[in-house]
Amino acid sequence: MRARVSVRLKPAILDPQGKTVLHALQQLGYNEVNSVRIGKLIELELNSSDADSAKTQVEELSRKLLTNPLMETFDIELVDDEGD
Amino acid sequence: MTRVTDRVTRWGVVVFPGSNCDKDALDAVGRILGQQARAIWHRTQQLDDLDVVLLPGGFSHGDYLRAGAIARFAPVMDKVIDFARNGGLVIGICNGFQVLTETGLLPGALMRNAGLRFICREVSLRVERNDTFFTRRYRDRQVINIPIAHNEGSFYLPPDQLQELEANRQVVFRYCDADGNATPEANPNGSLNNIAGIINREGNVLGMMPHPERRTDPILGVPDGAGVFRSIINSITGNRLESVTPGRFGR
Repeated sequence: MRARVSVRLKPAILDPQGKTVLHALQQLGYNEVNSVRIGKLIELELNSSDADSAKTQVEELSRKLLTNPLMETFDIELVDDEGD
Repeated sequence: MTRVTDRVTRWGVVVFPGSNCDKDALDAVGRILGQQARAIWHRTQQLDDLDVVLLPGGFSHGDYLRAGAIARFAPVMDKVIDFARNGGLVIGICNGFQVLTETGLLPGALMRNAGLRFICREVSLRVERNDTFFTRRYRDRQVINIPIAHNEGSFYLPPDQLQELEANRQVVFRYCDADGNATPEANPNGSLNNIAGIINREGNVLGMMPHPERRTDPILGVPDGAGVFRSIINSITGNRLESVTPGRFGR
């Protein structure tokens, strides 16, 4: 089982990196882009085939270590690779 | 309480993989100020008889994930948290400040500098209060000059908590201009309210982004940073202001 944790800055947090990329895109002529926010994608491989327990565990470790709840939010996507 | 004057204080400087200001801190406190200072490896689970724990600057664990996030779970940190909860004095400088916010011993988070650049230069700080264990050797509102050297120093707290922090007078150092005005131009990194250093509500844990250990040896310039360490030493030995000596000292 694999898990993808997407980490995003909370909307209230300034993202100077995203702003810089936005300016670069606008300079390239992509004027339809009006906001860029940059986050992180963390991929985990788990020794577990039970989706429920995997999700619980990934939620716990995301809160404990992977993210800082003061400034970040996260989503978890589980990928069952049994069928691969 | 026993009054102990001229006692040599015992300092532990925690060394994480990637710390790089640990030697400077040991030198400032040990060689320059003549205290007993030793390095504490991050896997140690014994703090023994320390008076002060110092978390130094650097890039613990490469600053991977978030600055201080991995160091926060080092075995020694459980002991440091207990030490702080029992009233022991803890000071975190730069990366040490980041570690303290990650542990929750101090509120807030230190984010990427607003200008997206690593900044290494001298800044002016205003001492917001001199009635703390860490600042009693400064004058109230004194302007001091010490360097910063960081990429993630932009102090953030949600608005309601920031208000609480200010109301509780937990801001100890603010970035300012040469005349002591905390202007937007004097703010190097985008920190809210020009915050450069804070204490916890109990007053025994200090975190600051600037580096007092780099302005302690007079050979390196006006030793404006020495006041932080001298204040701590005074707080422990009770040479001054005994009424605010922390609970665990004098045992």
